[in-house]
Amino acid sequence: MITTPNVLEAIRQHGADAYPEEGCGFLLGTVTDDGDNRVTTLHRAANRRAENRERRYELTADDYREADAAAHEQELDVVGTYHSHPDHPARPSETDLAEATFPGFTYVIVSIHDGAPEDLTAWSLAPDRSSFQQEDIILPDLKRI
Amino acid sequence: MPTTEATTVTIRIPTPLRSATDGASTVEVEGTTVNDALRTLVDRYPELKDNLYNEDDELRQFVNIYVGDDDIRFGDGVETPLEGGDEVSIVPSIAGG
Repeated sequence: MITTPNVLEAIRQHGADAYPEEGCGFLLGTVTDDGDNRVTTLHRAANRRAENRERRYELTADDYREADAAAHEQELDVVGTYHSHPDHPARPSETDLAEATFPGFTYVIVSIHDGAPEDLTAWSLAPDRSSFQQEDIILPDLKRI
Repeated sequence: MPTTEATTVTIRIPTPLRSATDGASTVEVEGTTVNDALRTLVDRYPELKDNLYNEDDELRQFVNIYVGDDDIRFGDGVETPLEGGDEVSIVPSIAGG
């Protein structure tokens, strides 16, 4: 994932705002000629889970369509999603893998501890859907984190 | 296949699946039902199949299909009929822990 410090900060902020529940939303941007996702902005969304929002999140098809429309207005595409893990590490859970959607999306996870953002990681689903692979987070003109 | 005139519809491809459609964001196929159109699509672009269909050859749980603004789950499902010029969208719903 190629992105900016502002995008990373906005993801962390949403995770902190949603704490102790999981916050979630969409990553908007473009796909580079190399197939990497370049994330330029966020589209915040509500966690649609009816219960257990501290441990689960859901974005509906209508949420996706709304984000897709917002992306097109900015001549962008939906290239991924993000969600927070309250008091849990920033790596995909078994549920994240079981319910994963398409390879090709970037899945960002931010860990929130006691309301404060900590680690932020990016992942992609393997083409055979068997596992998540960690993506580098590349900030052009800055160091790779 | 229908024996009467062909019904050409446009299928919108979500961004992460465009690597399987040679980069195309929309694909025109012929089909008189949603099922016809999607089967034609995956026949043309076989890499799409595992992303849209599960081991039982049914649409994956998170794959939602819209015809225009209408979710086919509230219509006739994959047997929802299509008319020429319809726009069929593949829309993921997303969940996790």
